[in-house]
Formats: sequence, structure tokens, C-alpha cells
Amino acid sequence: MRVFDPHIHMTSRTTDDYRAMYDAGVRALVEPAFWLGQPRTNIGSFTDYFDGLIGWEPFRAARFGIRHHCTLALNPKEANDPRCVPVLEVLPRYLERDGVVAVGEVGYDSMTPEEDTAFAAQLQLAIEHDLPVLVHTPHRDKAAGTRRSLDVVRESGIPPGRVLIDHLNEVTVGMVAESGCWMGFSIYPDTKMDEDRMVAVLRAYGTERKLVNSAADWGNSDPLKTVKTGRAMLAAGFEESDVDAVLWRNPVEFYGQSGRLELSDLDSEPGATFEGNSVLRGARKEP
Amino acid sequence: MTPESLRGQLSGAAERWLAGALARVETDPAAIRTLFPAAGRACGRDPLPEPPGWTVDDAVRVLLLAALPLTGEPLSAEAADLYRYGGPAEKRAVLRGLALLPIGDAGLPLVRDALRTNDTRLISAALGPYAATHLDPPAWRHGVLKCVFTGIPLSEIDGLDRRLDAELVRMLRSFAEERAAAGRDVPADVYHLVPDLREL
Repeated sequence: MRVFDPHIHMTSRTTDDYRAMYDAGVRALVEPAFWLGQPRTNIGSFTDYFDGLIGWEPFRAARFGIRHHCTLALNPKEANDPRCVPVLEVLPRYLERDGVVAVGEVGYDSMTPEEDTAFAAQLQLAIEHDLPVLVHTPHRDKAAGTRRSLDVVRESGIPPGRVLIDHLNEVTVGMVAESGCWMGFSIYPDTKMDEDRMVAVLRAYGTERKLVNSAADWGNSDPLKTVKTGRAMLAAGFEESDVDAVLWRNPVEFYGQSGRLELSDLDSEPGATFEGNSVLRGARKEP
Repeated sequence: MTPESLRGQLSGAAERWLAGALARVETDPAAIRTLFPAAGRACGRDPLPEPPGWTVDDAVRVLLLAALPLTGEPLSAEAADLYRYGGPAEKRAVLRGLALLPIGDAGLPLVRDALRTNDTRLISAALGPYAATHLDPPAWRHGVLKCVFTGIPLSEIDGLDRRLDAELVRMLRSFAEERAAAGRDVPADVYHLVPDLREL
């Protein structure tokens, strides 16, 4: 099973996770920019984070045989903080950097006017920089938030095929399926979706335009939920090719629209360093 | 290295992209902020015949920088931001382009920043013709010593013949003595600069 995790916050994860992901078949991933738990209070906090998502974290992933890409944006929660909003002025520089495969996560948290403004502005940036968009749907009042997100996407003029609406469930999948946007599902240990519910959604709606992610971060989450969903699909009678569509071909097709996915074979360079620092701290066996 | 010699080595496709980019930068200098990071994807990253170690994207970025219709503080500030918001490739290009910019000493903070890193790509680019002319002797000597430390060939340092002085020779000899005391190798090119070192 080859796996592309289209949404995982590796900055919050350990090298043990990278090793376990590689061993389970994960070969590529996308890390969206999001909030950090601790609120940011200035622009430098964003730019250092963006630099890490383009620089250090791909290097770290490569040391474990995994190709790392990212999406960049002002996230919905911090779009409400006037100290954070000016990051939109430097974002265009970053959206032209190699390894950036979409604008995201954008969307709604509490559906405020400030979130409306940041969401619409960043959809325009996606059009200007010829990038797809990753849209986060809110944890609270999710159905209304998803409907409103689809309206904002439609008004922006971006083609729905370049938009991925994430964190969907049984209640919200139908309206996104009709919209023509791609559908993302975050499989969590306790909240959001689980593997068996995901299998039921795939039975009902098919594998087309569906992406499954672990959304693993600094909270209770599991970076192997993609693989576990693949196994649940096989146990429920799906074919290997269905699993490959959901866990590899669909994310490759969606993010491939950026023209910046780099999935050529990873050549491991045991002696490589990032700006003079290595990750491995001594010799190790190749994966 | 001149803009003409760099441009003459570009392929047709890179030249076409560059021509469009230069036209944009000439009327809207801020356009360089998004063109600069895109140059590698647009024009490629193959090595150039000249200067040694330069790539196509280096040349394209340096040409964009040299074409900015700005002078003085606005020019040095634009270069500093391209460096700040760039990855190693963009940073290296800014360092390599400094010698073509009429900014006096205003590029030195970028040179000093690069010399503080442990990234050999940036350290060697920092010790180009701009540093050879503008960097003060103590910082320049320490830059050279850092090259020896990080395995950068001394042949990559601009102006070494001209700026080598007794103090730098003393520092290199001291480095070599420490290495010898630890039973470790001394890079061969250090021997050429420190006349009596073979007695160690």
C-alpha cells in the first residue's frame, strides 16, 4: 500500500512517527499551515513557521524517505487577530516558493466578518498564484460553515476542481459532492471520522474526489490513520485499486494541479545536513 | 562576471522568461518579490559554464536584482527582504548579486548573516567579490577560517591573494597546529598559504 497523507502537521510529530509512517507505506505528505495551539502575536511567528514548512521539515522528512510539501495561509482562527492579519502582505512571496502546493488552511472557525475577508482574499491569491486551495471546515456549526464555505468558493470564481473541502463527515459530504469540489476526511482516534464510518461514506458516495488524511498534530491523533483506513477498506471488500485511488492517486491529482509536486525517487543522502545541522545524530540504518 | 556574460549563457526558454520578468521589474520593482522565488522552476537549475559553481537560476536571479530601477536605501532594503524571505537558493543569489548593486556597504548585514550560518552554500557565496571589497579585515579573516573549518576549498574565496595578511596566516597556522595535535588532517590548500607549515 503506497500512501500520500494530504493533511498532517509533522512539525508537531517525532522522528518515531516518521519511521512508523515510512514502515507502513507513507511516501509523501502535505503539511498545511495552521495554528500552533499557543496563539501567535506577531508576523515573525508566521514567517519563521513558513520557513520551517518549506525548509527544515522537508529536509527532516527526506531523512526518513518521505517527500514533504506544504500549503501556506493565514488560518481562520488567527484571521480574527489584528496582530496576525498583516501576514497576508508577505504571503505572496511565499506562495511562489518551491514545495508550496496549495493555499491553505483557509476557511471558517467562528464565521466572523474578519474570517470572511481573509478567506475571500486568499481565494484571490490562489487564483493569482495558480494554486489549488485547502479549505478547513469549522468544528462548531460545521454544516452551516461548510455551506457558507461553498458559497464563498463559488463567488470567488475559482474552479471547484481546484478546491479541497476538508474535515467532512456524513452530514456535510453530500453538499460538497454536488459542488464539484474535492472532499477531504480527517480520521481521528475519537472525534471527526473513524475508519469504519469512512468506509461507509465511500460505499455511499464512491472513491471519486475523496481524500483521506490523519490530520495528526499536537492533539490526540494518529499518523497511521490513513493506512488503517486503507486496511478497513480492504476488509470491507474494496479493491486494492480503490485504496490506491483514495490514498495515493486522488491526492496526487489534486495537489498535482500546482505543478510543484515532487515525487521522483528519494535518494537518501546519509551525510546531508540542513544549513549545517543533521537530524540523525549519528549513523543509522537506511529505511 | 558581468550581466552580459551571464545572459549570454542562458538557453532560449530561460532567456524568454527572463525578458518578460525584466520588463515587469523595470515598471514595477515589487514584482521581483514573486519572480525571484519562481526563477528556479521557470528557468531550471543546471550548472552554468561560468562562473564556477553558478547555476542557471543563480544567473537569472542576479540579472533580476541588477535590473531593479532602485538606488540607495530602497535598493538595499529590497535585496535584504529577498534574502530574508528566500530559501538557500534565493539567499545565495542575493549574495552573489551584491557586487553588481550600487549600495556601498549596505549589503554587509547579509554577508555577516550568511557567515554566521553553517550552510556551506551560503558561506562560500558570502565570500565573493563584494566581501573582498567591503568586509572589514577581522570578519573577512574569520570567514576564511570558517571555510577551512567547513571544508570549503579556498579557491572559492574571492580576493584571497590580495587580502591574505600576517594575521590570517597566524590564524591558519594556529588552526593547523590544533588539528595536528588532535591527530586530524589539515586541508591541503592551507599548506599553500602558510609557508612553514610542513615542519609540523
